[in-house]
This record gives sequence, structure tokens and C-alpha cells, in this order.
Amino acid sequence: MTLLDNNILSLVIWLPILGAIVVLATGGDKNAPLAKKLALGFSLAEFVVSIPLFTRFDRTTSSMQFVEQSEWVPGFGIEYFLGVDGISMPFILLTTILTVVVVIAGWEVIQRRVAHYMAAFLFIEGLMIGVFSALDAVLFYVFWEAMLIPMFLIIGIWGGDNRIYATIKFFLYTLLGSLLMLVAFVYLYFKTGSFNILEFHAIPLSLSVQTLLFFAFFAAFAVKVPMFPVHTWLPDAHTEAPTGGSVILAAIMLKMGAYGFLRFNLPILPDASREMAGFMITLSLIAVVYIALVALVQKDMKRLIAYSSISHMGFVTLGFFIFNANGIEGGIIQMISHGFISGALFLCVGVLYDRMHSRNIDDYGGVVNTMPIFASFMMLFAMANVGLPGTSGFVGEFLVIMGSFQVNGWYAALAATTLIFGAAYTLWMYKRVIFGKVVADGVAALKDIGSREILFLSILAIAVLGLGLWPNPLLEVMHVSVDHLLDQTAISKF
Amino acid sequence: MQNLVLATPLVCLLAALVAGFFGRAIGRVNTHRVAIAGVAVSFLLSLLVYIDVMGGSSFNGTVYTWATSGGASFQVGFLIDELSATMMAVVTFVSLMVHIYTIGYMAEDSGYQRFFSYISLFTFAMLMLVMSNNFVQLFFGWEAVGVISYLLIGFWYKRESAIFANLKAFLVNRVGDFGFLLGIAGVLHLFGTLDYAPVFASAPDKAGLLISGWHQWEWLTVICLLLFVGAMGKSAQVPLHVWLPDSMEGPTPISALIHAATMVTAGIFMVARMSPLFEFSETALTVVLVIGAITAFAMGLVGIVQNDIKRVVAYSTLSQLGYMTVALGASAYASGIFHLGTHAFFKALLFLGAGSVIIAMHHEQDMRKMGGLRRYMPITYITMVLGSLALAGIPPFAGFFSKDAIIAAVHNSTLAGSGFAYVAVSLAVFITAIYSFRLLFMTFHGETRMDDSVRSHLKESPWVVTLPLVILAVMSVISGALFMGPMLFGNYFGDAILVLPQHDVLAKLYQDLHHATGIDLRWGMFTHAIQTPTFWLAVAGVITAWYLYLYRPELPEKIKSRFEWAYTILDNKYGFDQFNQRVFAGGARNLGGWLWRVSDMRVIDGFVINGTAQTIGWLSGVVRNIQSGFVYHYAFAMIIGLVVLMTLFVF
Repeated sequence: MTLLDNNILSLVIWLPILGAIVVLATGGDKNAPLAKKLALGFSLAEFVVSIPLFTRFDRTTSSMQFVEQSEWVPGFGIEYFLGVDGISMPFILLTTILTVVVVIAGWEVIQRRVAHYMAAFLFIEGLMIGVFSALDAVLFYVFWEAMLIPMFLIIGIWGGDNRIYATIKFFLYTLLGSLLMLVAFVYLYFKTGSFNILEFHAIPLSLSVQTLLFFAFFAAFAVKVPMFPVHTWLPDAHTEAPTGGSVILAAIMLKMGAYGFLRFNLPILPDASREMAGFMITLSLIAVVYIALVALVQKDMKRLIAYSSISHMGFVTLGFFIFNANGIEGGIIQMISHGFISGALFLCVGVLYDRMHSRNIDDYGGVVNTMPIFASFMMLFAMANVGLPGTSGFVGEFLVIMGSFQVNGWYAALAATTLIFGAAYTLWMYKRVIFGKVVADGVAALKDIGSREILFLSILAIAVLGLGLWPNPLLEVMHVSVDHLLDQTAISKF
Repeated sequence: MQNLVLATPLVCLLAALVAGFFGRAIGRVNTHRVAIAGVAVSFLLSLLVYIDVMGGSSFNGTVYTWATSGGASFQVGFLIDELSATMMAVVTFVSLMVHIYTIGYMAEDSGYQRFFSYISLFTFAMLMLVMSNNFVQLFFGWEAVGVISYLLIGFWYKRESAIFANLKAFLVNRVGDFGFLLGIAGVLHLFGTLDYAPVFASAPDKAGLLISGWHQWEWLTVICLLLFVGAMGKSAQVPLHVWLPDSMEGPTPISALIHAATMVTAGIFMVARMSPLFEFSETALTVVLVIGAITAFAMGLVGIVQNDIKRVVAYSTLSQLGYMTVALGASAYASGIFHLGTHAFFKALLFLGAGSVIIAMHHEQDMRKMGGLRRYMPITYITMVLGSLALAGIPPFAGFFSKDAIIAAVHNSTLAGSGFAYVAVSLAVFITAIYSFRLLFMTFHGETRMDDSVRSHLKESPWVVTLPLVILAVMSVISGALFMGPMLFGNYFGDAILVLPQHDVLAKLYQDLHHATGIDLRWGMFTHAIQTPTFWLAVAGVITAWYLYLYRPELPEKIKSRFEWAYTILDNKYGFDQFNQRVFAGGARNLGGWLWRVSDMRVIDGFVINGTAQTIGWLSGVVRNIQSGFVYHYAFAMIIGLVVLMTLFVF
């Protein structure tokens, strides 16, 4: 048991990757049932294995926990160094929960190259957890870039008609950004003599260097979040991705950019972060308002939810750069919550798409008449997206608005417009798709969701309501780490 | 007391869950049994709590900690005092009546179980709202009742008008919530906590504190105005009133429960609850007063030209909510809550009565096709007469006491704008009497104007419908006289409501009444009333309605064509809808479309992203020419390079 106890992070990273290899070994589609069962087994086992990260997490310390540290490339000071704090740990759980959901969601929908599909998601799961737990910059970079490959394949193979344009755009956009991040890592390596991220946190840097590094990191993370104006890859990628791909993309991969700001920009470059706060807040507020208006006029449901994601992520970056606990904790909660909600909404669109083969809002209308159970679930998730109190969507928005009001009432006022715009685009879509008379034969022939679909939507519904009604357990995990981060940002480095 | 308090909302939640998840399994009858049992228990518990509180006890406690962040702790908890106990009793009582009534009204609807689930859930949310001891839970209840209202307005989701109305209602309310949430953020910023007790306790210290950088603006003024924006949304004050008339698309029981008696009064309740804040900002009180007065007058006027029976009552609700708001603005919070209570009874009665008529008329709502119904529906008729008398403010019915107290309070107020408000609410009395009796005369008196097929089926509604009508009618008659003394002039609300001595208009009214008659305040109120124009305006309104709609029924048409322009303004409801539709809804869509097509697609994607790709493609085309493959080209380039580097080194 002690071996497992001491290597729990390694286990949660490599178990799904091992699972992916096993699933791949089942071969062609004639073994698809076996591949699916194996994938489900591994994803469930992975979830179970990740639970101790939460239950055994020490809420009283800000230092890294479940640490594993050993040499990897000693000549360059590169280590296999893993650990989590209250900021990164929740994302690992988010990942393990959503992978289970995605596997169940792909159960009947994916007919072609099933083993490959399942394996890709298990691969990506391990790599994403690697990103959240790596404390060595090279290790982080490897996971960060490797993660793109399965996602590239997921969109490229199982995607829609315009998938090639979308994948290339997605790949180039994110790769270009991360190359600058690599340059920043190399610079910091020359300064500290190691790739240890915690040492990066401690190194003194002049303001001009900090500013340059800030933009290097910004290039990588802003694209990933995505922040305005480097957001245009996301709607394309989402629209073309298969449902599972959209879920993972929106629910977890977007969070890595925001996570990067917390792990790199704020603690390594505190002075530059404060200098650039106005810039970051401006971009964030543009995202909240501008993108919400753009979302309003979308005709494609997935595109609408993609824009909604960008708008919601604006809250996250706003929360981070107002430098108070309400803002940062609100931002993190918003990230977790958005993971569940956007995942759920993409799954809802997927449920419709599987039946009607259309994402176009105008092709729908009156779905509630034929799919009442589905309509109830989608109502819940739509309301969560609107930020209704009692759902997880409210918690983050609430805390970020509370936090930004402390800094400047106008920030809060602009951010709070999401109450109106978010409701407008979400519920207007819901109205046109779900309510009304049955408009088309396709809608009249719809069958309500079955037990498999009810299962995965229920998992998400429980998460959304649980987190909304009682977010405190999750907040308590973060407090000490966030306070520590705020201390780091408060102390000048030069 | 804690268990009692906790159980009151939870039984409703439980009933809602059972009805929602197992409604289909247990069947229609069991569903309504569960739902009614739930709300009945809740009502009894509320009465116990009420008696307890009136006996002097109170409760303020936390149930659990919802969230903690940045030193602040956000709780779920209850504050049970005179104000919340009164609200609990009113809410659960009306809800119980509506639950029973629903059995009759929704009998043939396929969404029967869903409906019971929603109204039980509504009762839960409304209770959470009024029982809260902090701003977060208040906001939770606030939004939760909004969502249930949204679901219920769109209950008949096949109707285009219903699903337009529910989206509109939600969005307009969200505009209010936008202000409300910012107000809450302001409270947290200024006080460092969102629990009522510490906030209210330190409010006097913060009075007059200016916002740095904002000349002349006091923190409390800004906070109160923001909070009031929330109240304007929920309690449908001009210009955020536009959703309420459209909400009549929902089934009638919820029009009575949500859009007349309880949810729409949440804003009134909230401001009364926040009296320890509002009292320290005369600017905010003035705004409240003026907005309320405009609503009371202008919306009542629209009610006169409506022909849909429910819409008349809806505009009447808007107008009466205006009265309550005026009371708040004049610092007569107690009389605002008093009117809230009496209004809950008589307005629920009028809606349910209208619903009873609608059942009999086979879902025809146009009053021009009714008439003479009193012969067919005596119980509905009599109860509605009593409700209309109460609404019109005729003594000794409930509305008389509560409305006259408001008017007298405004008269005593010294705030800027109180003169305007006094005139507006006085004239609104005349208007109120006209539209209420117009409704009564057009529906129940005169000739029958419906088809023969409808006429042959006319009959009184079943007992599940008429019983609530009778009970509510009794309350509409007695509740004013019963509660006036203690609620307005006794120390009924204790510490729940704060009124500064210089604002205490009710105390002044008490002196007036006391001097006039000695002991009996009710008699004092009556004698006071006949000496003021308001009473005579009400009587004149009734007589005018009688003259126009019974005695000379051809006259209204003539007046209408004579004052075509005025009629058009009223018929268009002052053009708020058209304006919002064009400017806000249309504007947002156009702006969004422009941003998407021009900024996102043309500039960022077209110019920057794909432009970069094209530039790179073009550049590599150019650079490719250099890769000629001839060794002497490369050798030449190397020599040039060496020369350049050497030059750099040397100099």
C-alpha cells in the first residue's frame, strides 16, 4: 500500500495511459465491445484512484502534496517532479470525473475506430493530469504539448466536415503560443540552473525581464484560455470536434491556460502581473461583454456554447488579476463549474445531434414535446450556464463580482452584465430549440433519452447542483494555497 | 424553534420533489394530496412560528456555511422576526388556497403533476427568500422564484406567446438582478459581511460616508439605489414593469400566487427588510417614492383600457405594487407590508375569481364576450364584488385601511417629491375604482354577450375552486380592520423595521387619528378618510364605472373615439414594449451580429489569422526562389555574409 500511497500522482497519470495501450491492443472494430468495456473499466478505476487526492488532502498547508521527485535528465537539472496544491488538485478530480462521462457518452455514438477513440481519451486524460501535477517545467511542457496530439486526432478523425481547417487552426494557434513559453522556460533555466517550477517562484527578476516573460507566458496561456482576441480557434475547433472532444476541450483543456496564469505568471512574475493587471482585466471584460453579444447571434448550437465558454472564461481571468481571494477562488470555482456545465451542454447538443444530425438552431423547435426528460436536464444545465444560485455556475460569478467590486465598482458592473447577456443567449437558444410546437418531422420522430444518456447527464447534474448548494468543501481546499499565492504576488521581486 | 423553522420550507421542497419525480408514478390524485399536504403542514408550522414570534421570541441562526472566501463567510440561515413571520404566514396561506384551487383549474391539463411540483417548489423558494438572515440566501430565493416564475409563465410551452413572455420576464428580471447583485457587492465591500444583523447594526456608522472619487455620492445611497433596481425588477416598477402583464400567459393559479400575491411583493419585502439601510439615504427614499407613484398612477390608467380580464387585474397589480413602493419611499414600511398582506388576499381572490370565470367561459378571457354572469356564478360573483370593494378602497373592506394609510402617510411625508406622490396616488384611487368596477360590470352585469353554445354550458365552478374564493373573500373583508391597529400603530414589527424619528409619518398619522376620535382607530380612520379627497375619489370612481358601463354603456366607445390619441397611448402601454423590443433586444442582436461578422470574422480571423497564413505562404514563395540549388548561388551568399559580419566586427 505504501508504494501506492507515495506514488499516487504517478498512478493517476500513467494508469489511463496504460489503459489506452491496453485498449488499443484490442485492435479493430470487431472487438469494439471489449474496447469500450476496458475503457470504462480504466476510467472508473482512475476515478477511484484519484479520490484520495481529495480525501487525504491536507487543507492546512500551502506546500505541495503527494510530492514525487527524482532525477530525469540530471545534466540539465530536469526532474520527474510531481505534486499538487489546493489550486491544481481539484482539476485532477474534474478530469477523472469527466473522462468517465465522456467514455459513457461515446458508448453507442462512436461506430468507427472505437478502440482508437477510447484510447485517445484515456491518453489525453493521463496527459492532462500530468499538466496539472508537473512541477518541473520540462515535464510540464512535454505533457502540455503531447496533449495536443490526441486532441488533434480526435477532431481530425471523428470531427465534422470542416475538420481539417479547424484542426490546423487549433494546432498552429496553440503551438505558436507554447513555443514562446518554452523560450521563457529556457531563460528561467539559465537564471536558476534548474527547471524546478518552485525555484522559478523564488528567483528575483527585474521588471523589464518580468514583462518580457509575462508576454511569453501570456502567448501560451491566453491562446489556451482563450482570451480575446486570440479566441477565434475555439468556435471552429468546437464546432468540428465530436461531442467527446468538445467536452474535454471545453471542460478541461481550456482550464490549462488559466491554470498556467496561476502557476507561472502570478508567482514567478508578480511585479509584471500587477503592471499588466489593467491590460488583463480589460481583455477579460471585453471577453465577458463582447463575446456574450457575439454568442447571442450564433445559429449553430455548438458555436454558441463555444462563445459562451469564452465569455465565462473571461470571468476567470478577471478574477485572477484583481488580486484578492474572492477573485482567485471565484475564478478557480468558475473553472471547475464551467467544466461540468459546458461539458453537460455539449453533451446535450450531442444528444440532439446524434438524432437529428444538425447543430443548427433553426432546424429545431418543440423538442420538449418529444423529449421531456431531456428537456428537463437541459433546462438545469442552461440555468447553470446562466449562473442561477443553487447551481455551480453562480458560485464563481458571485465571488468574482464580489471580489472585483472591492477593486473597482465599474469592473463589477461590466462583469455583472453577464447576468443579462448570459441569460439572453442561453435561454433564447433554449427557447428556440426546446419550447414551442413541433416544427419538423425530424423533431416529431425524436426519441427521449435512454438510460445511458440519463446516467451521464445525471452525473453532471449532481456535480452542478452539489457544487452549487455547497461549494465550501471545495473552497476550503483552496484557501491556504490561494492565500500563499496572494502573498507571493504581493512581494516585489526586484 | 430551529427545527420548526427548518421544517417549514423543507416540507414544501419535499412535496415538490415527490410531485416532480414520482408524479407520474403515483398518479394525479396522490400528487395533489402530497403537494397540498406539504403546503398545509408548512402553513400550520408558519402559524406556530407566527404565534411564537408574536409572543416575543425570535430566531437568528445558521443552518450551514455555504461558502467562505477572503475572510468573509456566506451562510444559509434564517432570521425569524415579526416581518418574516408575517410574510411566512401570508405566503403559505395564499399558497395553500392556490394549491386547492389548482385541483379544479388544472383538472383537464396534461401537465397536472408538473404544475403541482412547480408551485410547491415555488413556495419553498419564496419561504427561503423571506426567511433568510443574509443577502446570499435572499438572492438565492430571489432568483429561484424567478426561475419558477419563468417555468410557469411558459407552462403551456406550445404557445408562442407564452414562451415569448417567459423569456421576456426572465430577462427583465435579470436587469433588476444586475443592480441587486451589485448592491450586494457594495454591501460586502462596505460592511465586510453579508449577514443582516451586523450590516444593519453598523449602518448608522456608515451613514454619510462618501465614495472616494465620486463627489457627493454616499455609499449608502448608491447601495440602496442598486438594491432598489432589484426590487424594481421583481416588483415590476416602471420601467422594469413590462414583464408582468405578459406573465398572464401562465395558468391563472400562478397569476394569483406568483404574479400578484407573493413573488412580485418580494421587492417590497426586501426594501422593508433593508429599512435600516434605506433610512439613512433620503435620496434613495425619494427615488423609491417617485418611482412608486409613477407606477401606481400610470399603470392603473392602462388598466382601464384592457379588455382581457386577467390583464385588467394584472395592471391593477402593477398599480397596487406602486402604492406599496410609495409607502416604502415615505418610510411607512409597516403600511407597505400591511398593504402587501391585504393585497395578497384580495388580489389573489380577484385572480382566482377571474380564473373561475375563465373556466366557465371555456378559456375565453375577453370581457367583451362576457356579461351577465352573476346569474350563473353567484359565489364567484359575490366574492369578486367583495374583492373589488377591497381593491377600490371602500370602507370597511381591507384595502380601505391599508391604502388610506399609505396615502395619509405620503401626505405627512416631508421628502422631496412627496407632493407629487400624494397627488398621483390620490388620483390613482379614482382610477382603481373605475377599472375594478368596470371589470365587475362588464363581466357579471348587463347583457350576456357570449355564444349560445358557451352560454348553455355556463355553471358555477366546483367547490375546490369556490372554497378558496370564499376563504379569501372573508380575509379581504376582515383583514384590514383586524390588523390595522397593531400593524400600523402598535409596535408590531419590533426591531425588524427601522424608522428614524424624523421620517416617522405613521406616528404622525396616529396622532391625527387619536386626536380626532380618542380611542377607536378604525373609526378614526373612517372619519379621517371622509375628510380627505381620497375617499370621495373612490366613491366617484365606482359611480363613474356604473355610469359608463351599466347606465350608458354606449358612452365608452364615444369617449374612445373622441380621445383617440389618449386611447392609443394607453393601448400601447406608453410604448415601453416597442422601445425595448427595438432598442434593447434589436440593438443587442445587431451589435452582436456586427461584432461577430466584422470584428471576429473579418478582422481577427480574416485579416490577422488567415492573413498571417497568406503572408507566410507568400513569403515562403519568395524565399523559395533563393533555394535555387546552384552551389555558386550559395557560395556567393556565404561570401556576402562573411563580408557583412567582418565589417561589423571591425567597426
